[in-house]
Amino acid sequence: MTYRNPPTTPRKSATFDDYTLSEIRRAAATGIYDIRGAGAKRKLPHFDDLLFLGASISRYPLEGYRERCDTSVVLGTRHARKPIELKIPITIAGMSFGSLSGPAKEALGRGATLSGTSTTTGDGGMTEEERGHSKTLVYQYLPSRYGMNPRDLRRADAIEVVVGQGAKPGGGGMLLGQKISDRVAEMRTLPKGIDQRSASRHPDWTGPDDLEIKILELREITDWEKPIYVKVGGARPYYDTALAVKAGADVVVVDGMQGGTAATQEVFIENVGQPTLACIRPAVQALQDLGMHRKVQLIVSGGIRNGADVAKALALGVDAVSIGTAALVALGDNDPRWEAEYNALGTTAGAYDDWHEGRDPAGITTQDPELMKRVDPIAAGRRLANYLKVMTLEAQTIARACGKNSLHNLEPEDLVALSIEAAAMAGVPLAGTNWIPGKNGF
Amino acid sequence: MPATPMSKAEREQGHARVFDLSQHSLRELNQALHQLTPGSNETAWEVLNPKGSHSVAVGVDQPVSIDVRGSVGYYCAGMNDGATITVHGSAGPGVGENMMSGSIVIKGDASQYAGATGRGGLLVIEGNASSRCGISMKGIDIVVHGNIGHMSAFMAQSGNLVVLGDAGDALGDSIYEARLFVRGKVESLGADCIAKEMRPEHIELLQGLLDKAGVTGVKASEFKRYGSARKLYNFNIDNADAY
Repeated sequence: MTYRNPPTTPRKSATFDDYTLSEIRRAAATGIYDIRGAGAKRKLPHFDDLLFLGASISRYPLEGYRERCDTSVVLGTRHARKPIELKIPITIAGMSFGSLSGPAKEALGRGATLSGTSTTTGDGGMTEEERGHSKTLVYQYLPSRYGMNPRDLRRADAIEVVVGQGAKPGGGGMLLGQKISDRVAEMRTLPKGIDQRSASRHPDWTGPDDLEIKILELREITDWEKPIYVKVGGARPYYDTALAVKAGADVVVVDGMQGGTAATQEVFIENVGQPTLACIRPAVQALQDLGMHRKVQLIVSGGIRNGADVAKALALGVDAVSIGTAALVALGDNDPRWEAEYNALGTTAGAYDDWHEGRDPAGITTQDPELMKRVDPIAAGRRLANYLKVMTLEAQTIARACGKNSLHNLEPEDLVALSIEAAAMAGVPLAGTNWIPGKNGF
Repeated sequence: MPATPMSKAEREQGHARVFDLSQHSLRELNQALHQLTPGSNETAWEVLNPKGSHSVAVGVDQPVSIDVRGSVGYYCAGMNDGATITVHGSAGPGVGENMMSGSIVIKGDASQYAGATGRGGLLVIEGNASSRCGISMKGIDIVVHGNIGHMSAFMAQSGNLVVLGDAGDALGDSIYEARLFVRGKVESLGADCIAKEMRPEHIELLQGLLDKAGVTGVKASEFKRYGSARKLYNFNIDNADAY
């Protein structure tokens, strides 16, 4: 009789997991890194790691559905002659025409206007679809300056000087040639069909002192009417916020690493920047240290999904949040009804991120005339408005339970953290303790 | 308060409306320029004592002529759309950035990023220009009588850059469809930028630009043309060494 060793259970490496192995094989086969859209997909400390402390005896709650909880916010109160007044503290982040289809841009404008909030242009310049349907439109002044012109600057309600983006702080972008339709090419002053590189830095300034003079120029051109936002990727939020304030920003936008992008290297998206949660307190601290908290407004973006995220961000000291990926999902991005087509592209609904390839079955991140017909701007705009309404109601519900008659009255004392990491990042105590890692006790 | 309103008699005599920046603010100047409407008869303006002020005459969108008597700081004539602006001195960084149309003449030298991202119009620098001249240009024509610094026309998309003197390092790095004409020597060419043949249509184009810029005594045939090799237009891993 032959003795056989008992079989062992095959064990896969946690370091070399299936995804990592597939990436190594893909790199070896193609000789190029993976480029994709969307934001970081790895698990990061996030708003889920925080909990609200509803009111009991030590705090007095407000009556849900009966007592008013204000949601409005004014942006640009520092210098602008015409600050922006929004009904809700949730704005739509900049997403470019070219990356998105015209109907998708129109739908964003419709949904935002129904909800009393703003949309933001992107690398492709200002489209009539968006200007025509967005009551409040923020015009991005980008390193690439694609489509940039003073006429559109004057047609905007605010100007956002984009210095960085959460998905790729310090990185540029590339819109692959297959997405460059005649219209996109014309707007970007480049031939059809070639890759359009978006610069990683502004060509005509090289540091914070130059930025200050650049902001002066933009104010002079627009007669000091419009709020000037400065958007930075969430990498060094304390110093970048402080320098943006020093440069004269009315509003600082900090985009954490869960923030999306049209396309960049996967390795960049997953390995550069800081989680949104980790960016908020340093940015707020910078404003507080300068005596500018609530004078220069702070918008935070990157992975905001629901009213709890909104309420938590506001409790940590921000004035408004911005959504990108979630807005696209509300329009119909990655909808399971296109599952067969996602499968044909080698992916599944919920995971599709090759937005740069221009074959989006949902018709949102494409310039294919047939695919983009799938977006009904009116219906999609309504879905976005519904979603924004739900987020706002959720945030109000939480705020009332914490005894607040305005979302902006939420405060760090309303929060505890579920993990040491989140407690340290958010600067709130670990649940059940009075311990804030890195700080002395109360 | 606007400065020195012009009388009808002065206008008829061709006198300019004068803004003295030692007595009036930059804001007053730019506001007055922005309030101009099509058909305005205030077509001639003069700015005195700029003394290096930033953002002089930015965002003008009417076809008026503006003479700036002295040197200016950053972003003079930024985003000009139709005006004829002459700086009788030197210009700081970013002169004529993102110009749409019209013309700008700098009688002296220009600092960094002259004409950056310009989409149209003509920028003439009668002296030298510093680094990054015409960076990311998108349709503007730039004529420099003297030399230009390093990294000029980086990522230049379209338009024409004419240099009567020499060019610094990395000229036209990552250039797209812009045309570069240099009469003197080029320190080095950037990635994907190559010397190209001067065909008759280029001689004609260049001669037209020299004429528009008021350049005399110089022949178009004295220039070399540079442009894109178009090897980096679509990403190819075999070109990785170029990045």
